[in-house]
Amino acid sequence: MPWLSILMGVPVVGALAVAAVPKGNDKLAKQLTLAVSLVVLALTLAMATQFDPSGARDQFSEVYSWIPSFGVHYAVAVDGIALVLIALAVVLVPIVVLASWHDADRPEAKRSVKTYFALILVLEAMMIGVFAATDIFLFYVFFEAMLIPMYFMIGSYGGAQRSYAAVKFLLYSLFGGLLMLVAVIALYVVADKGTFLQPELIGVIKDPATQKWLFLGFFIAFAVKAPLWPFHTWLPDAAAQAPAGAAVLLVGVLDKVGTYGMLRFCLELFPDAAKFFTPLVIALSVIGIVYGAIVAIGQTDMKRLIAYTSISHFGFITMGVFAMTADAGSGATLYMVNHGFSTGALFLLAGFLINRRGSQYIADYGGVQKVAPVLAGTFLVAGLSSLSLPGLSTFVSEFLVLIGTYERYIVPSIIALSGMVLAAVYILWMYQRMMTGPTAEKVKAFPDLNLREKVVVVPLLALLIGFGFFPKPLLDVINPAVQQTLTSVHVQPFTPAIPVTAEKKGAGQ
Amino acid sequence: MSTLAAAIDAPTIEYAELSPMLLVFGAAMIGVLVEAFTPRYLRKSIQMPLTVLSMLGAFALTVWQGIQGVRHAAAMGAVAVDGPSLFIWGAILLLAIVSVLLINDDDHFVAQAAAVPGSAEEDRAISEGGAHTEIYPLVLFAVGGMMLFPAANDLLIMFVALEVMSLPLYLLCGLARRRRLLSQEAAMKYFLLGAFSSAFFLYGTALLYGYAGSVDLSAIEKSLSTVGGQDSLLFMGAAMLGVGLLFKIGAAPFQAWKPDVYQGSPTPITALMASGTLIAAFGALLRVFWVALGNLDAEWTPVLWAVAILTMVVGAILAITQTDIKRMLAYSSIAHTGFLLTAVVATGKEAQNANALSGILFYLVAYGFATVGAFAVVTMVRDPGGEAGHLSRWAGLGKRSPILAGIFALFLLAFAGIPLTSGFFGKYAVFAAAVSGGAVQLVIVGVVTSAMAAFFYVRVIVLMFFSDPAPEGPTIAVPSIGTAAVVTLAAAATVVLGVFPQPVLDLAHTAAQSLFVR
Repeated sequence: MPWLSILMGVPVVGALAVAAVPKGNDKLAKQLTLAVSLVVLALTLAMATQFDPSGARDQFSEVYSWIPSFGVHYAVAVDGIALVLIALAVVLVPIVVLASWHDADRPEAKRSVKTYFALILVLEAMMIGVFAATDIFLFYVFFEAMLIPMYFMIGSYGGAQRSYAAVKFLLYSLFGGLLMLVAVIALYVVADKGTFLQPELIGVIKDPATQKWLFLGFFIAFAVKAPLWPFHTWLPDAAAQAPAGAAVLLVGVLDKVGTYGMLRFCLELFPDAAKFFTPLVIALSVIGIVYGAIVAIGQTDMKRLIAYTSISHFGFITMGVFAMTADAGSGATLYMVNHGFSTGALFLLAGFLINRRGSQYIADYGGVQKVAPVLAGTFLVAGLSSLSLPGLSTFVSEFLVLIGTYERYIVPSIIALSGMVLAAVYILWMYQRMMTGPTAEKVKAFPDLNLREKVVVVPLLALLIGFGFFPKPLLDVINPAVQQTLTSVHVQPFTPAIPVTAEKKGAGQ
Repeated sequence: MSTLAAAIDAPTIEYAELSPMLLVFGAAMIGVLVEAFTPRYLRKSIQMPLTVLSMLGAFALTVWQGIQGVRHAAAMGAVAVDGPSLFIWGAILLLAIVSVLLINDDDHFVAQAAAVPGSAEEDRAISEGGAHTEIYPLVLFAVGGMMLFPAANDLLIMFVALEVMSLPLYLLCGLARRRRLLSQEAAMKYFLLGAFSSAFFLYGTALLYGYAGSVDLSAIEKSLSTVGGQDSLLFMGAAMLGVGLLFKIGAAPFQAWKPDVYQGSPTPITALMASGTLIAAFGALLRVFWVALGNLDAEWTPVLWAVAILTMVVGAILAITQTDIKRMLAYSSIAHTGFLLTAVVATGKEAQNANALSGILFYLVAYGFATVGAFAVVTMVRDPGGEAGHLSRWAGLGKRSPILAGIFALFLLAFAGIPLTSGFFGKYAVFAAAVSGGAVQLVIVGVVTSAMAAFFYVRVIVLMFFSDPAPEGPTIAVPSIGTAAVVTLAAAATVVLGVFPQPVLDLAHTAAQSLFVR
């Protein structure tokens, strides 16, 4: 059964259907979108049950020739890493649809409601495609094409500065993408295999100098996308101006394409170059972790604050990817998923707050927990997941990343630890300013979460807590894939400096 | 006398191979006769079908030649009927047919060109409903010239073709119904600059003749290895030919005419020039540089590198400052010329050349359709005084007319080279050819300027979709059937070539396989 094509086809057909809904029947468009996204979710779960973690690396593989003159295939398949990221995307989409139920209705947007929901579905298809593509050209096509729906979602439905933010987002990503295009072409020409299939291109580029240039072409595109410091400046603008639902998909899923690309393409295709650039990338990641966290503390706008926390978290993910140990790799992949849920919950709750108050500034709130305890409580849990409290899933991933990095790079991992401390500052201080203290005048009439909003938040918190205590199902799928990735990079497995037996003896005394 | 006549053999002319061109030129002459001998009220209803049918017929004949696999220098080696020629003919004919559907809309052309703008005479002509049906034969002559130009296998024929193509266009440029002065200025400028460039071309031909003793492209190529000590003639001749050809494609530093002419001309004529002339001129450029001067590439490649870089940068940067939609599209066309030049310099072994050529051919078709479509949309967005040229007038178009704005956005995204549009594969094809031809640095300049170019395309999308509509914004003309067909066709081509480009790529590949006949 062509699972992946079906997964992409359903939302595309759904998007066409939603776009064809007659004008003025917005409710039907929304319901249809929700139904389609739930069908996709169900299909993905059905596919996931058939995934065999110990089986071949690429499963549900489909390869058709698309453009023979360029050696381009429509080739899709998933390994454990891609599977969990696709799952992340399809879980977030119905939640975002439900959360954005009234976002596009706002009179100042003056845009058709159904278009917004159709764009979400188009984006969903592309998100699945980009993670599933095993043909580098196909990956590039999705990588670039998915900018367009997001561009319209920010530009048409976003806040006051939306067109500036949308253009900045598009140009940054396009610029990175075009550099990647040069590298893609050069890879094809240098490899001289007449194909873009990623598995066939592993280990083909031998010349170290060529590897380095190609690595840079890919890496800069992914670093802009992820975003890694100093390529991050578009993210706070885009995330702050995007409607909350679009911000979730942008930061939660689209940006993961960057870190996923590093793991899948930069490391596997150019292992020697990756090792050569590792010190630089680790340094940039650590700077990003600390810088993002410090700047987040200084933010007055909660969406910008969440965006900066993400820059800090993306620092952890890239650090984990480039540490090239099994623990760090698994941790980074797990972090990609958990960060999606955690940031998703934060952005959506921030969106609910903004809908109530009409302002994204922290200073306009105060004492919310007295009038809307459920809202404040869920916000606290989401916030705690952002600061990686043990018991929440983000802790597992952050801990794995730090342990894995420590195995190889001791000093960076110690500096990165400060990011966890700073996280407590930005989250708890934001909570203190917004939720505690005397209730602000305009906050007094706040209704608590209604049923729709609860349905949005509860699954996310359940996932955060559930995977916090029992991350095994995810790790079982991720670990073999990470192991295989590291095998194609040819790194020596980590051996402790002190033999394990000696430790046992010491502990027993 | 009789002995002399016996000494001259009658030249052999392969009429069948030249039939597409002959049909177009023949129809043009019939069109002139129609102007002379039929009553005014009948002319349009004769001219229009005559024009379209003759071009359709020529297209069918081109396809027939293509199926027969003709690869031959016809007419005593003067006209090369080879794969690239046939492909270019087909593309020009299709784009010209599409443009004629736009031209059919009377509203774009002056009632009486000779009348002084703003005079009572002009008003009278308008109220009488005057129209210049001469446009149709002029277009046919121009299209015939466009077909001959890239197929000419000798420099004199090429010069004649250049003039046959250009002279009608000079006239057509000055026929815009509104903003007469701007239109006349455009025609004047185009004519003057064009005449200069023709002179350069002719002078270059003369110098090369002095060097090689022949104007035949393949004879010039052969002489490169046999004639010695005449290098100054050769280099000056090659440089001057280059100036003439680069002027026609609008490469920097010879690009100055493009924005003025594109802006001032009637938009359907702009569409014809931006697609057809560009294709024809690229065909001729390739033939001169790859066939006649093919073994001189070590000398001309560095120059074309510089020209390509300059063209991309000038096009992309100056486009950002434009406030008129047609001028912006003109600068965008300059930038695209630069992208195409990256593949022109990527010469090498035979396979590499074929690869680069097929990339260029595909790009030209993809770009041609998107361009005609974009200009067709421009004709539909109107102010009381004609087309709403100023970009600020386009604000909020997406809210007023979402479908039209959406289609225009599609064309802009294709120009920007976003995947799943035709522009992406075009750009990919030429850049891939350039990389495998060793011009990686050129491609890096190409992608950087592409990113700059994306800015001004995206800016128009921002204006259309994210800005509030201007209070008394332009009206959207209800499209005539022809215009609607053009827009639909161009949009369909843009999407189909963006998702399923293989058939056209195959066609371009087959056409390019044999390279140019010598």
